[in-house]
Amino acid sequence: MRVVISNIEIIPGKKIVKHLGLVQGNTVRTKHFGRDFMAGLKNIVGGELVGYTELLTESRQEATDRMVKQAEAIGANAILNVRYSTSSVTSGAAELFAYGTAVVLAD
Amino acid sequence: MIAELFVFTGLLLIGFIAGQVLEYRHLRSIRHREQRLGPILTFAKRFPANQQHQQAPHLVTGCVVISVDYFKRFVAMLYLLIGGRVKPYESLLERGRREALLRMKEQALALNANLIVNVKIETAAISKGATAQQIGCVEVLAYGTALRDPNLTS
Repeated sequence: MRVVISNIEIIPGKKIVKHLGLVQGNTVRTKHFGRDFMAGLKNIVGGELVGYTELLTESRQEATDRMVKQAEAIGANAILNVRYSTSSVTSGAAELFAYGTAVVLAD
Repeated sequence: MIAELFVFTGLLLIGFIAGQVLEYRHLRSIRHREQRLGPILTFAKRFPANQQHQQAPHLVTGCVVISVDYFKRFVAMLYLLIGGRVKPYESLLERGRREALLRMKEQALALNANLIVNVKIETAAISKGATAQQIGCVEVLAYGTALRDPNLTS
């Protein structure tokens, strides 16, 4: 069954029957040279840096997937109160982090 | 020296003209999409008002990385000397937030949801520690839980 991911603490119409603790997923990503170069050019005229947006979206998905994998491994069917955070570890690399509370839901 | 000055002025000019045009177009597209996505309500509160008859919740996210142009970056540097509101960056962040919210709403629309609760907006400077030319690019992430409330008529 698909794991329900939500950033609210309750799911309408469902009951939390078991609390399994915190699950988390992270990834550290860096952009490659080509993207960096294009972003540098785009920096002159301003606006959206599409390459970076895609990179961060992919990385966030990766972090979420890892969190879901962890939740599945301990037998949860939902992750509640999910939070995202981004931090730049060194110049040019960003860490994407997702965490939440793994629970078992029942009707 | 002369060549450097020439390049600098050229970049300022390109940044000014292209930046203005792109910003104008972006804001116009934002206004247009905001009207279209108006029926999807967003709440910063944690719980939906009506907790009955809602379909399975889904986490929706909207993410954008946006940067200022060369001219605005130069102006912002001047503001550092005199202090006060740094308008070029204010408009940058406003555009980023509105864009991120819109992308989140678009995801919600695709899931056939009509409200998003517990919306969080997060801003991160992803080019920290980079060279001076890289400063002025931020990532804005908006996320929340998309739900469907059949009592809400759109």
